[in-house]
Amino acid sequence: MFPTASVPGGAIIRSVGEYQPSRVVTNADLEARVDTNDEWIQSRVGIKERRIAGPEDTVASMAVAAGGKALAASGLSPEDIDLVIVATCTVQDQIPNTAATVAARLGIVAPGAFDINAACAGFCYTLGIAADMVRAGSSRNALIIGSEKLSDWVDWTDRSTCVIFADGAGAAVVSASEDNGIGPVVWGSSGERADRIHLRDHKYLWQEGQAVFRWTTTELYKTGLEALERAGVAPEELTAFVPHQANLRIIESIAKKLGAPQALVARDIVTAGNTSSASIPLALSRMIGRGELPSGSTVLTLGFGAGLVYAAQVIRIP
Amino acid sequence: MAHSEQEILAGLGEIIEEIVGTEPSEVTPEKSFVDDLDIDSLSMVEIAVAAQDRFGVEIPDEQLKDLKTVQDVITFIQK
Repeated sequence: MFPTASVPGGAIIRSVGEYQPSRVVTNADLEARVDTNDEWIQSRVGIKERRIAGPEDTVASMAVAAGGKALAASGLSPEDIDLVIVATCTVQDQIPNTAATVAARLGIVAPGAFDINAACAGFCYTLGIAADMVRAGSSRNALIIGSEKLSDWVDWTDRSTCVIFADGAGAAVVSASEDNGIGPVVWGSSGERADRIHLRDHKYLWQEGQAVFRWTTTELYKTGLEALERAGVAPEELTAFVPHQANLRIIESIAKKLGAPQALVARDIVTAGNTSSASIPLALSRMIGRGELPSGSTVLTLGFGAGLVYAAQVIRIP
Repeated sequence: MAHSEQEILAGLGEIIEEIVGTEPSEVTPEKSFVDDLDIDSLSMVEIAVAAQDRFGVEIPDEQLKDLKTVQDVITFIQK
């Protein structure tokens, strides 16, 4: 039979990077467009301001910017990367895929390149795939990116959604290593509830707020706890919890149920908004940049969104 | 197992205090969640989930919009 490619050792996150568009949109800016106000937005979703892409920002360009930073921080050169995966659910053109274009723009020659759509769980799914490919010997160094331009899919006259969503990208380099710094991914889906988050009229993001709130705040902590258990990490050993930045009340509710009161909880949504698959790597990169996540920290990530889909794993900070 | 109106009211008072910090004595049957108790749609979900745990009666999301007052919830749970 054929030889198996698996290599001893594990996979680690070697570096991260992020990109945010320069345009800041505050709650006051939105008050001028729709019937809402700062107090309402902050109390319901926890956002003070968000970044919205300009015409120069595309899913691909933001992915290149974030990916380029992660690549630069990795100490590797482009030729070391053999796999590029882009998680996105907001790209305008499905053909060609985004990953190959991004790879070419970064000078990465002929890597395996594909996109995935796992909505707001996209980064955790991609990280799970990349880590397993590295551990199986299919890749040595993978560049993974979550990049989203949600503003293209928002009805800017709908106050229930336009205050939530934003744009940005986050990336990580996943490499083979003697030790293992990425725990097993725990993932799942609930397609019978697909209608809870979908595109209204094939154009505009829409969600059943109460149903999504109930799902996320009553079920998902179990996925987080399972990821901890699979990684052999006790909740009290966690340095931080970095979930998808969907809504501050969802984040805080899940965090409370994890039983890890010492863990720092990512609240990147306050100034970044909900950027779907970009939100976790964006939060990680910004928190590392501020010195909040020292090297070697143990962090639980948890992504969840349209599908419904969800995924979690434990990672070690590079 | 049926719960008395008084039991449910007392239970709701505790649940609402836990979730939004309102004094249980403020939670009386005629009060409107939105207008009198300043409870928003997401807190209503939390109240429904807590009430389900406590009284064993599921309050689905579709139902929540019709439960405007404390009495509405008491009646729903008793039914």
